[in-house]
Amino acid sequence: MIFKSLVNSIIPSDLMSKSSGKLHSSVLQQKKSFSLLQCLQQSNFIVGHVIARVDMRYSIWSLINQALTGNQGWKPAWREPEPKKNYQIIIIGGGGHGLATAFYLASRYGMSNIAVLEKGWIGSGNIGRNTTIIRSNYLLDGNEPFYEESLKLWEGLEQDLNYNAMISQRGIINLYHSDSQRDAYVRRGNAMRLHGADAKLLKLEQLRNMCPFLDFENARFPVMGGLLQARAGTARHDAVAWGYARAADQRGVDIIQNCEVTDFIIKDGACVGVKTSRGTITAGKVGVAVAGSTSRVMAKAGLRLPIESHVLQAFVSEGLKPVIPGVITFGAGHFYISQSDKGGLVFGGNIDGYNSYAQRGNLPVFEDVCQSGMAIMPMIGRARILRNWGGIMDMSMDGSPIIDKTPIDQLFLNAGWCYGGFKATPASGLCFAHLLARDEPHEVAKKLRLDRFRCGAMLDERGAGAQPNLH
Amino acid sequence: MIINHPKLGPRDAAEFTILGDASMLNRPDWQADNADDEFYTYVYLRDNPAGLHRELWFHEQGDRSWLVVTRDTITHDVVDVSLASNVALAAKSKKVTKTLNTKKTREKLKSKGQNR
Repeated sequence: MIFKSLVNSIIPSDLMSKSSGKLHSSVLQQKKSFSLLQCLQQSNFIVGHVIARVDMRYSIWSLINQALTGNQGWKPAWREPEPKKNYQIIIIGGGGHGLATAFYLASRYGMSNIAVLEKGWIGSGNIGRNTTIIRSNYLLDGNEPFYEESLKLWEGLEQDLNYNAMISQRGIINLYHSDSQRDAYVRRGNAMRLHGADAKLLKLEQLRNMCPFLDFENARFPVMGGLLQARAGTARHDAVAWGYARAADQRGVDIIQNCEVTDFIIKDGACVGVKTSRGTITAGKVGVAVAGSTSRVMAKAGLRLPIESHVLQAFVSEGLKPVIPGVITFGAGHFYISQSDKGGLVFGGNIDGYNSYAQRGNLPVFEDVCQSGMAIMPMIGRARILRNWGGIMDMSMDGSPIIDKTPIDQLFLNAGWCYGGFKATPASGLCFAHLLARDEPHEVAKKLRLDRFRCGAMLDERGAGAQPNLH
Repeated sequence: MIINHPKLGPRDAAEFTILGDASMLNRPDWQADNADDEFYTYVYLRDNPAGLHRELWFHEQGDRSWLVVTRDTITHDVVDVSLASNVALAAKSKKVTKTLNTKKTREKLKSKGQNR
């Protein structure tokens, strides 16, 4: 039926007998000289022109059009412009957050003279190195509205960007293993619901039905239940970077790759531009969103920050048939797992704990993560791990991010994402764009201040204190 | 990573826990006028360098000594290891000699010696 409707819309109506929905006999008779394929290609020429007019918008029609013309017509998803001498706003860092910021600046705040400067290639950092989980299950007033805003943006992201980011709201379950932990999760669930997010406490029997493979009778950490956020899930992380890049580019943003910022130009206490490996670029405002490299980049502006860079490892197993329904996290250790659409188990645990700028970790944490996994789901014990890798986390002193002005005028900072940066990508972009465009914080990011460490307004979800490797 | 313990020889880093930047050895004077600024800097701000980094490691599953490890954060190479107590004592004696070398203290000591 679907095929029929597709054929209906591709083949010009005069070739079709509308009453029967079959190809007209005269066309069939001409088959020798005028094949069906040629006919489709010809008609596609017309369809193709229509699509080209809407700037290569991705749709089922562009897909069919390309499929029938040998996929020869796909255009690069973004330009590779030479840097201009001057921009209204420069974003340093072509990762998820930087690209999202540029996109929202262009789409919601009406700006177009924007450049995103990326040292390597876009999406080469943490946006392509995380475990792809999106969720908004936070406790604190300063955090929960922000992450809930983010989850709402995730829900409409593919339509906003016209890009398939494979967002799948398959739910997240945080397991609890003791009475006190259940109480803590009840509290967190209530905090989430007060801010408009969804949360549901799963009792043991409900959890048994959903995840029969868990080690419920584990001697040390028996599984007692879980906190479910059904709207949480996963997204294809690379596609998020590419989608934002393409959508920003279409709105006139210059994405400049292989362009390393080597210095800031600061005049009279205000940032007026940057020196880069591709020349000096001046700007009205400069926003920095470089995650693990934050301290390194901001040191060029003479700033010391409440941030340490740490390595976090992630792992993926060989492809398996569907076994894990959503995202599951271990409450008694630090372990989280989901299954990708390709079948690989994607999982991770703690950061290694020492300062690092190497995008790789060490084996003791590898072992620890696997042990934690075995503690809750022994069934994964025979799955072979295909790959593991590391990303550099900008661990802040209280475990929460910073979206704020800096002591230098016209220089803005987006950092301290710890290992929760991916899920925050849309709201981080939106709030940073708001700050850059309006010079005031977005409603949901008001508490993500840089000076909270000095004035004591900490956002410490875990209550671990000023010890970045414990958050 | 292998940490070459000054007393026990090469040990697996898994035997240790890390506290962080070795600047934490230099606790500011809580009675100073600018103590609030100094403590803010001490507790929260970090150099976080890419390259050589001096940091405090605790030999939790060994002799429970504190070490100052100089490590490259890009390659994870451990370049130098010393006992934190020695580092702290050396810093302290440096401070003492510094105070000894000021004119005032020298005169003070002089007058003390004359009194004897």
